[in-house]
Amino acid sequence: MSDIDSFKFSDAGRTRCDEIIARYPDGRQQSAVIPLLDLAQRECGGWLPTAALEHVAECLGMAKIRVLEVASFYSMFNLEPVGKNFIQLCRTTPCWLRGSDDLRDVAKEVTGCALGQTSDDGVFTVVEVECLGACCNAPMVQINDEYYEDLTAENFRKVLEAFKRGETPESGSQAGRSGSAPTDGLTSLTGMGAD
Amino acid sequence: MLADQDRIFQNLYGQDDWRLDGARRRGIWDNTKALLERGRDKLVEEIKESGLRGRGGAGFPTGVKWSFMPPEDRRDGRPHYLVVNADESEPGTCKDREILRYDPHTLVEGCLVAGFAMGANAAYIYIRGEFFSEASNLSLAIEEAYEAGLIGKDACGSGWPFDVYLHRGAGAYICGEETALLESLEGKKGQPRLKPPFPAACGLYGCPTTVNNVETIAVAPTILRRGASWFSSFGRENNTGTKIFSISGHVNNPCNVEEEMSIPLKELIDKHAGGVRGGWDNLQAVIPGGSSTPCLSKNICDDILMDFDSLREQSTGLGTAAVIVMDKSTDIVEAIARLSHFYRHESCGQCTPCREGMGWVYRVMQRLVTGDAEIDEIDMLWELTKQIEGHTICALADGGVWPVQGLIRHFRPELERRIIARKTAAGEPAPAAAAAAE
Repeated sequence: MSDIDSFKFSDAGRTRCDEIIARYPDGRQQSAVIPLLDLAQRECGGWLPTAALEHVAECLGMAKIRVLEVASFYSMFNLEPVGKNFIQLCRTTPCWLRGSDDLRDVAKEVTGCALGQTSDDGVFTVVEVECLGACCNAPMVQINDEYYEDLTAENFRKVLEAFKRGETPESGSQAGRSGSAPTDGLTSLTGMGAD
Repeated sequence: MLADQDRIFQNLYGQDDWRLDGARRRGIWDNTKALLERGRDKLVEEIKESGLRGRGGAGFPTGVKWSFMPPEDRRDGRPHYLVVNADESEPGTCKDREILRYDPHTLVEGCLVAGFAMGANAAYIYIRGEFFSEASNLSLAIEEAYEAGLIGKDACGSGWPFDVYLHRGAGAYICGEETALLESLEGKKGQPRLKPPFPAACGLYGCPTTVNNVETIAVAPTILRRGASWFSSFGRENNTGTKIFSISGHVNNPCNVEEEMSIPLKELIDKHAGGVRGGWDNLQAVIPGGSSTPCLSKNICDDILMDFDSLREQSTGLGTAAVIVMDKSTDIVEAIARLSHFYRHESCGQCTPCREGMGWVYRVMQRLVTGDAEIDEIDMLWELTKQIEGHTICALADGGVWPVQGLIRHFRPELERRIIARKTAAGEPAPAAAAAAE
């Protein structure tokens, strides 16, 4: 198992921690554990080494085991290193009905990663996840913080190839529609956006 | 069909400016102070009269829920909290996301109005962690509201101090269950609490708390402005109002749309989603209200109305009004097995029937996909789902077994066909198809 020996928040991170803790009543700083773990994960390059868990425990006056308990409960915390681009393919029924299996094949072909694997160059990690809550724009995937929606094998390949070149392609609908509006023209709110 | 002027969410598709200026143009934050001046009791009464039922799945009457909070003369010094459930994770459901990113001020204003109506000076909005850009829009909207004095020490000049805090989750469907959400908000694993005590008596930090869905809170100011009778003029009695429907799966134009409650399912799909792929006769099944609600076969879909009572009569539910459409090309057993996989993954592990049961159900479902089972295992599976249902702290396990019950109820012949076909192919004697379950 990989690890990092020591971790402390950066100065900016420390300031951010104080802002986050201030949202909760006095003595309830444990409420900040999820936001602080998220911040620590960002500062550690997408995962949480033991040293980061321990530092968060220290910041909040929590027992280390309680922090590990939280970090291991929630799916967004990675306890092992991940690639620079963390690709999460939605596999749940609404995405599956619209072709998520094809996206899995494309992901494997372009990144060389089977599910759960990180590419040798560390550019990609590919995992399958449960419903990401963008079902009217299915199939979709999350890459790092962004959603890529209305995917087909073709446009998903383009998205991944752009990441491979070191670019960050525009997120959202890859079919060019606004949000989850019906593709063939509005059936409601037809007067909006005119002014 | 609902007229555009009667739609509460005028920026559902993000064509207009989602920030404060745009929101004000759409009538949000229009003299909110006057709403608060009506007083707590009047606001709760008006919401009760409107017939609004919770939009997060359970459909509990919202005004009644608000009235469970201790009244002014029975306050004991503990703060009251409004907690907004923005942990939208029920497969098929993606309506709150549109409010959060394209009309966040409807929610922030709703927090103030609802919070005031329950005597709360603070609201926590718990948003699913994956909704990163949605959280970022909402966070900006909250900042704008503070800067404009709409919330803060003297919200809208009403003299009522009110804070709104955004809290991001980290990926756990169970946190959509209200007491698991409170545990998570307190910095723990999201494992549901035993009830009673109910949150209105002992919720966040042991204080009186009401947890409401995003859509429920976001519609409240418009209902109060336009009146209970306006809202209750839509839909059938006990099923009133407008509602955002998420239509996904095998339709020509998957979309979210705000419509009148009690709209016929066929009209909803044909008018807004461009119809079923390949035409209505190509329909196989519909999951009417998010993954937890049992599917319906086409003959029922032909004339069913989309509301709480109508769907309950068919042993399913309106849930979150997330309609998942499956055409005849769908492997219906695999479609439901995937949901079983979902619930197995999302079980928090606290209750044995759920922790063990979700895995058991999924393993049987996997074999039913290929027909590698005995006919009487269908009955065993039915019985298993009945043993799980109602025997856990929260409703996750119920939601996990209902889709399987729907499959057996409407598609048992398909399950039997696969078992017989597999046995025949293996040269084994074909068993007789059994009688229907129930």
